[in-house]
Amino acid sequence: MKNRVIKVDQLARVEGEGAVFIKITDGKVADVKLRIYEPPRFFEAFLRGRDFTEVPDITARICGICPVAYQMSSVHALEDAMGVKVEGPLRELRRLIYCGEWIESHVLHVFMLHAPDFLGYEDALLLAKDKPELVKMALAMKKIGNDIVALLGGREIHPINVRVGGFYRVPSRNDLRGLLDRLKWGRDRAIEAVKLTSTLEFPELETDYEFVSLRSPGEYPFSGGRIVATSGLDIAIREYEFHFEERHIQHSNALHSVEKGRGSFQVGPLARFNLNFDLLSPAARHAADAVSLKPPVRNPFRSIIVRSVETVYAFDEAIRIIENYTPPDRPAVDIEVKKGIGFGASEAPRGMLYHRYRVADDGRILDAKIVPPTAQNLQTIEADLRKFASANVDMDRETLTWKCEQAVRNYDPCISCATHFVRLERT
Amino acid sequence: MEQVDDDGVATGVMQIRLVGVGNEFRADDGLGICVARELRRRGLPGVDVREHGGEAAGLIELLRGASAVFIIDAISAGKPPGTIHRIDAARGRISQALFRFSTHGYGVAEGIETARILGILPPLTLIFGIEGEAFGQGMGLSDPVVKNVPSLMYLIKSEIEQLQAG
Repeated sequence: MKNRVIKVDQLARVEGEGAVFIKITDGKVADVKLRIYEPPRFFEAFLRGRDFTEVPDITARICGICPVAYQMSSVHALEDAMGVKVEGPLRELRRLIYCGEWIESHVLHVFMLHAPDFLGYEDALLLAKDKPELVKMALAMKKIGNDIVALLGGREIHPINVRVGGFYRVPSRNDLRGLLDRLKWGRDRAIEAVKLTSTLEFPELETDYEFVSLRSPGEYPFSGGRIVATSGLDIAIREYEFHFEERHIQHSNALHSVEKGRGSFQVGPLARFNLNFDLLSPAARHAADAVSLKPPVRNPFRSIIVRSVETVYAFDEAIRIIENYTPPDRPAVDIEVKKGIGFGASEAPRGMLYHRYRVADDGRILDAKIVPPTAQNLQTIEADLRKFASANVDMDRETLTWKCEQAVRNYDPCISCATHFVRLERT
Repeated sequence: MEQVDDDGVATGVMQIRLVGVGNEFRADDGLGICVARELRRRGLPGVDVREHGGEAAGLIELLRGASAVFIIDAISAGKPPGTIHRIDAARGRISQALFRFSTHGYGVAEGIETARILGILPPLTLIFGIEGEAFGQGMGLSDPVVKNVPSLMYLIKSEIEQLQAG
């Protein structure tokens, strides 16, 4: 039996700087290490001493793919600290901008980052060469998400129109209705994407995960609500740190999250789908039913289908919001600055994103805590790699390396990096 | 209103776009954003100035329909920090290795090459940049980069003016 090490020094198609190291000794997986560099730590320090009104704009810059998630978790937490609740059309507009981000991020991941793995293309460029019409369609779908974020956020990237209490300016009915035809077109394409992705070949990997997501009455989760889990956990967002903690792991610059008394858990599309299937819109549920996709989905490779179902939902929800939209009287609710501590969570495309802020009586941030979805999934990703590599130790090096990269991409992790990232070592 | 044909290629008035790419919280990676802001502040008549995080699909939308695009980004090509780069996309495939960061591994090089494959790469696509020294978390450009920002801006401005003069 050969010994080997799989190492991917830079994880292709994953945000951030990551590296996967897998050591196989005597035909057994001896070691799995996912090392990542994580931006939020820098931002937590950077936010200290800033005025609370600066937080949404600053946190929006943590991730180029999910700025809205960072903004939404931060405004919810700061509104919690100030004792303010944002309801009605302003809340609907926040759901709408979240739809835009899910569309952008999910379409990018499904078509450009993950589909090439399943279809046997090394990257999206080779996919574009072979299937230009598919890539053109994906770009057009993604552009609709961009346009929603640009319209509501004031800019396509790092939106600046979101503030604590609401928005700086809100769109008119006509501004939004102009998007409807394209949203309906996008919803149809997303339904096709569910069918297409359901026909892919999925490597075997099933685990009885502890799934964790937000849940709110009557709506598939974007922001707020309660935190629920497969084990039956059902807690307020402000109780998060009583049940989950971050541990420093020697081989990683990132903190790894665990559920106290249990261990690893999973956030993201699979968790949302499994815990909120009954709250999908009829179109999204129908798309899932049509390909016999039912909860619980426990094979993380199948997340590509779930992302497609959530893309149907995001288009559908955007249509619902726009068709029912009446502009609010004011673009934001009044905020009376006071000292306090606030907690917020929202569902970034790649999973639940938790923020906590302590604010001084003059509105300065005293401290901040940000737990990104990728940090919460790290232990689960490592466990997946260990399990997958153990079951496939005899696979040739090149294929196993690629499949391990694909297994990491199941989580669409925010690990800033450039090209390939798994290193496989056999000794 | 400019005429755009089915493939999104400008056919009427010359549309020049300048895209500053990067992340201002990652030291020298903030170069593109910094230069775009400074050029906008000083005024670049007839040029659509944008800032972008560098994610490929979004960048493709900024390439689409323009007749000339100037992309400004920090470069990490193993040259001495401060080295000014000018890369003409017409001369061949843009290497991913030039850029330190990309968004989910799908960044500037992939955006340009996908646009080329789809036939929507503007006739003139130029990348201007400075070799970076520091790419860690933090704000502010390193000294070797800052020193050459005026020269880089002069080069970009001259080339745009030349293009506009026809």
